[in-house]
Amino acid sequence: MSWKPATAHKTRQLRAQMLHDIRAFFLQKNVLEVETPALSQAGNTDPFIESFQLNQEIKQDNSPRYLHTSPEYAMKRLLADNSGDIYQICKVWRASETGRNHNPEFTMLEWYRVGFHYHQLIQEVTELLLSLLPSVEKNTVIIAYKTLFIDTFGINPHQTNQRELANCVQKNISGLATNNLDQQALLDALLTHCIEPEFDKKSLTFIIDYPAEQSALAQLRTEKNYQVAERFEVYLGTSELANGYQEEISYQRNLEILDTENAHRKTNQQTIITQDKHFLHAMKAGMPVTSGVAIGLDRILMTLANVKSIQEVINFPWESA
Amino acid sequence: MATYNTSEFKSGLKFIMDGDPYTIVENEFVKPGKGQAFSRVRIRNLKTNRVIEKTFKSGEKVEAADVMEIDMEYLYEDGEFWHFMEPTSFEQHAAGEAAVTDVKFWLKAQEQYIVTLWNGAPLSITPPNFIELKITECDPGVQGNTAQGATKPAIVETGAQIKVPLFVEEGEVVKIDTRTGEYLSRAKEA
Repeated sequence: MSWKPATAHKTRQLRAQMLHDIRAFFLQKNVLEVETPALSQAGNTDPFIESFQLNQEIKQDNSPRYLHTSPEYAMKRLLADNSGDIYQICKVWRASETGRNHNPEFTMLEWYRVGFHYHQLIQEVTELLLSLLPSVEKNTVIIAYKTLFIDTFGINPHQTNQRELANCVQKNISGLATNNLDQQALLDALLTHCIEPEFDKKSLTFIIDYPAEQSALAQLRTEKNYQVAERFEVYLGTSELANGYQEEISYQRNLEILDTENAHRKTNQQTIITQDKHFLHAMKAGMPVTSGVAIGLDRILMTLANVKSIQEVINFPWESA
Repeated sequence: MATYNTSEFKSGLKFIMDGDPYTIVENEFVKPGKGQAFSRVRIRNLKTNRVIEKTFKSGEKVEAADVMEIDMEYLYEDGEFWHFMEPTSFEQHAAGEAAVTDVKFWLKAQEQYIVTLWNGAPLSITPPNFIELKITECDPGVQGNTAQGATKPAIVETGAQIKVPLFVEEGEVVKIDTRTGEYLSRAKEA
């Protein structure tokens, strides 16, 4: 058991420089740095993300607090109050996510651009990432989720069914039982096991326009026979760096999403999470058309420091925190 | 029955799958930012030593295997079983043919081995990486011939056939790498 930090001093210098560069980038673009609470009365209902719950000692207040998994709800309350363009750099927490690319406590950069279409935000994300990561080549790829699945498997992910996907998984991924995987899990398995490994390790890949079921709080767009979620994810090789949305601004649909997420949790016997009523009230009051994105800064640092595990860029990773 | 959740997966964890004991060689947590998480593992079948790949959906459970690795001293063979002893408790364990098949020719009395026990019975034996054994059979040594690479066959006291340099004599003790079966050097006089 070592008391010593897991990082090299050079890595700590790289982190400080990265934070400085990010703040300079947003200062120049007139985006305001903000802070929101890390501990909230409400939590993230997303069934694929687990929050840490904390209890206070004080007996009068028995309701738990949740450590935020991203500052999304609170930053949208600022946007609804006409904050204009904002960004935040903060620690976030996600329970049980541990691995070479995951530490349950990590540093996130999240920003929102009022009036931006998500394709404009893709340009800005590219600009920031290329400026932070000089070793990354400039031939960025932007490709639709649908195109990836058609090119790799001949399957249109928006118009497929469970059986077709299960067959595809059985054919392409050895040693994964498909009987307890729903449609989204099957798509996720194919994406993570077969598609992501093909991404260029030296340049950025943006996946855009996800299946509607994977919208989270992104807006939907109707294509000919189906809907797509106006979302993007950014990869450097297989490392997922960022996740952005054309933000859903309808109160009604935000409410539906939160309800659906908790219903999904109930079906899967997961903990039901207290919905963020403040966020929903803010949506009712009205949020401007906005695009937003969150970047995992520790993953950026892994590339800068040229290391293979996230534990090497965090001074005291989970096991030694 | 004890179980492990995928969140407890790490190298060296031992569990039962399809009736066989496995150990995790490598575990990788994969998760799309907004989707289903998986544990991709490379696991080794402790009976056959075969390594396979497998993916578990996060949250799945596996049955823990009662597998222990214990340092033991090799005693003797009785024609049916190979007998080992725990040096502190003097408790003896009899290993069958299947458990020793890969290491039979590296078993020397009083030497320390790692014995893998599954449900209390020896499942496999791991020899020390380096072992010193006496040459029981080889052609006479050629004095002064130290030419690099020139070798001759030799048989050691445990029955293993190895290749030794030409100058090595019958009756000499040599140091061998059990992982490759290669001669390393003459052993230093005891």
